[in-house]
Amino acid sequence: MTRFLLSRLLQAAVVLLVMSVLVTVLLGLMPGDPVDLMAAGNPHMTPADVARLKALHGLDRPLHERYLNWLSAALRGDFGHSRLYSQPVLAVLAPRLVNTLLLLGAAFVLAIAVALPLGVYAARRPHSLIDDAVNLFCFAGISIPAFWLALLLILLFAVTLGWLPASGAGPVGAAAWWERLPYFVLPVLTLTLASIGGYTRYVRASMLVELRQDYVRTARAKGLSERQVVWRHALRNAFIPVVTIVALEFGTLFSGALVTETMFAWPGMGKLIYDSIMGNDANVALVALLLATATTLAGNLMADVAYAALDPRITFRELRT
Amino acid sequence: MRRNRWGALVLAAGMLASAPAFGAKDELVIGISQFPANWHPSIEAMAAKSYITEMARRPFTTYDADWKLVCMLCTDLPAEDKGTAVLETRPDGSRGFAVTYTIHPKATWGDGTPVTTKDVLFTWEVGKHPQSGFSNFDLYSRDIVGITVKDDKTFTVHRLKPLCTYAEINDFNILPAHLERPVFEADPAAYRLRSKYETDTTNPGLWFGPYRIAAVEPGAHVVLEANPTWWGPKPPFKRVVVKAVENTAALEANLLAGQLDMIPGEAGLPLDQVLAFEKRHGARYTVVYKPGLFYEHIDVNLDNPVLQDVRVRKALLMAIDREAISKQLFAGRQPVAHNQVNPLDRVHSDDIAKYPYDPVAAGKLLDEAGWTRTGNGPRRNAKGETLTLEIMSTAGNRTRELTEQVLQAQWKQAGIEVRIANEPPRVLFGQTLRERRFKAMALFAWISAPENIPRTTLHSTMIPTADNGWAGQNFTAFRDAEADRIMDDLETVCEPKASQALWTRLQQIYAEQLPALPLFFRADPHILPKWVEGIVPTGHQYATTLWIENWKVKE
Repeated sequence: MTRFLLSRLLQAAVVLLVMSVLVTVLLGLMPGDPVDLMAAGNPHMTPADVARLKALHGLDRPLHERYLNWLSAALRGDFGHSRLYSQPVLAVLAPRLVNTLLLLGAAFVLAIAVALPLGVYAARRPHSLIDDAVNLFCFAGISIPAFWLALLLILLFAVTLGWLPASGAGPVGAAAWWERLPYFVLPVLTLTLASIGGYTRYVRASMLVELRQDYVRTARAKGLSERQVVWRHALRNAFIPVVTIVALEFGTLFSGALVTETMFAWPGMGKLIYDSIMGNDANVALVALLLATATTLAGNLMADVAYAALDPRITFRELRT
Repeated sequence: MRRNRWGALVLAAGMLASAPAFGAKDELVIGISQFPANWHPSIEAMAAKSYITEMARRPFTTYDADWKLVCMLCTDLPAEDKGTAVLETRPDGSRGFAVTYTIHPKATWGDGTPVTTKDVLFTWEVGKHPQSGFSNFDLYSRDIVGITVKDDKTFTVHRLKPLCTYAEINDFNILPAHLERPVFEADPAAYRLRSKYETDTTNPGLWFGPYRIAAVEPGAHVVLEANPTWWGPKPPFKRVVVKAVENTAALEANLLAGQLDMIPGEAGLPLDQVLAFEKRHGARYTVVYKPGLFYEHIDVNLDNPVLQDVRVRKALLMAIDREAISKQLFAGRQPVAHNQVNPLDRVHSDDIAKYPYDPVAAGKLLDEAGWTRTGNGPRRNAKGETLTLEIMSTAGNRTRELTEQVLQAQWKQAGIEVRIANEPPRVLFGQTLRERRFKAMALFAWISAPENIPRTTLHSTMIPTADNGWAGQNFTAFRDAEADRIMDDLETVCEPKASQALWTRLQQIYAEQLPALPLFFRADPHILPKWVEGIVPTGHQYATTLWIENWKVKE
């Protein structure tokens, strides 16, 4: 296990390094730098102002030199300053990360908690009215655009009924955690409904395959209750492909949900990444994207560990590539 | 035991219900569609930032809602006839104005420190430092050649040139020396990152307006509270909350849900959305449309051989019915522009060529220019080439995309084939316009101040080229010696009649040559609460919040 973890950490470091180069190059290829954008919106800026500000922000240096400067500082723990927010990158990222973890974490847990029993329930009654209803619900969740769903929920619960706040992460001013709860409901509901459909379908499909296996028939023949057959035996095997999907989704926990965050004015990572790319805030964009990459790698690692836990036939030696 | 539990619940509910909160009239909640990226008043101009910070600061001078220059932080506008603006000749023979200002005697920073000339000198020192990151560096480093101090409240600014706008120092945003000097002196290059405006935004000593910034939730909201050291009329609200909701549909929903009281035009909803909103909910709010200095126009690339012919440019303008577009798309709220100077601007002249919708006349001009009709398709020249042009604008801007489609259809009727090729704003402004890569036409807007000489957009020295590192904003590559001379003279010819004559001639040249096709002056729609009066939209870049102390809760 230790060798396995060390080799995966080493691989992760290489992937992150390659990603940092790739993201830097892509950001550098984007047209216009932040000073050009400033000048475009401000007719009072003179050409001399533009040249001076470019030199000040280091935008007159070649891309590779900027990258190497950033890398050497990053290895010392200094990830630079945000050009847009005039603060250290980590100071900009940290609160957004917490907001995103809370939002997407809650939606993630809720979606899995609902999708699991729903998928199992539908798989046990294939082609029944209940199965059809669950499938319709799933397809609706997959098909409905998140922004439309968000707006619908705002119009219903905030505008028409007045039960919940329309946007924001909490009331103005210092607020206890229970005062922030109402602000969670609509964005979490939006994200949960948007992702529940996919998870349910995966669980259902996987369970359908497992419930037809011989070992399930054997378990029933042995006299085990249906509950034990489904939840102790079939689900464990059905969960292996689902773990793959869930692990990949785990990466999105840190990259945020741009549309939902925008609709609900939720200050999270998704919006930050978008704004930093559009505003050419290279330091923030780079670190945020690397964070998203790191969590995806972490998710994959957790998936591999989970495989070994779920299926005793799988060993860490086999998992090592 | 059960009775005790119920009792506790009722008690808790009662406590929550009776929790003190700001009354509806003590607090104003404003919704905007952008959150400021930073807070320093002189680093990176941004409409949303100005809207918020102008509740907590005052400029020395500014343009009011009547577009007249007024004093805010100073006591009296300097003038030659008052002796507070004197033409001086410097030892090197150059001439400029020495302009004397007196800071309001009661002006005090929020921590009780008086606003003095020490702050003026410090601001100038920072502003002209090449590493400070100030956007309007030219003002501090070139325009102002010296500042002499008479006492704690009186100072004289020595300006490089004898400009007619000598009294205007709208962009001289005073800084609190007692807080910012240690930060600046520690490392001037890092000042823009370490300024207390960024690291300690809620420090009362940074603000001196009717309000001060009391809390900031980045990306979400800003809370401003009444400033106890404010010297002017008592501000109407104990607290002002500004919330940012970037999605305009969600912003509107917030207003309807009662979470917002108003949405200002400076950083709010697009015009078409407000027009639809007014039809459905106009009875609940006061909706005000203020045409302003946002000049929607089509820049023409004068390097395009087709567009080098002024007859083609005139025909393009006459082939589009701008009045009908304004009525149909904007309910007549956006007045048609005939040149780049707004009719509300003092220097506007009506004595210019105008191009009303006249497709017949447009056709004749195109015929004269060698583009003739051949059937139903686009016009062709003698070589058989079709009259095909490309128009670009900001992708995702619904209003502009709609306008482009209407223009395309009208031009098609005149035999002009126009292709639409939009780009995201950062691409259009960041590269395409800056490097003059647009092939024919580009639809966008300029924002300016009253009586703004259009030097950066029309002077021949402001054409971006590879040789000058793409500096300048004369994207059309307009070159006219007379226009250049007029723009140079306008800076120093101050006698009103002579100045107006120059302004009139410049506008005539613009209308004759059409380096850009004028479309509209964009109107900012403001959705205001019925229980507040006194909010007067300005129509220019200086926000309504500069006069927030004049807003009143209706009795």
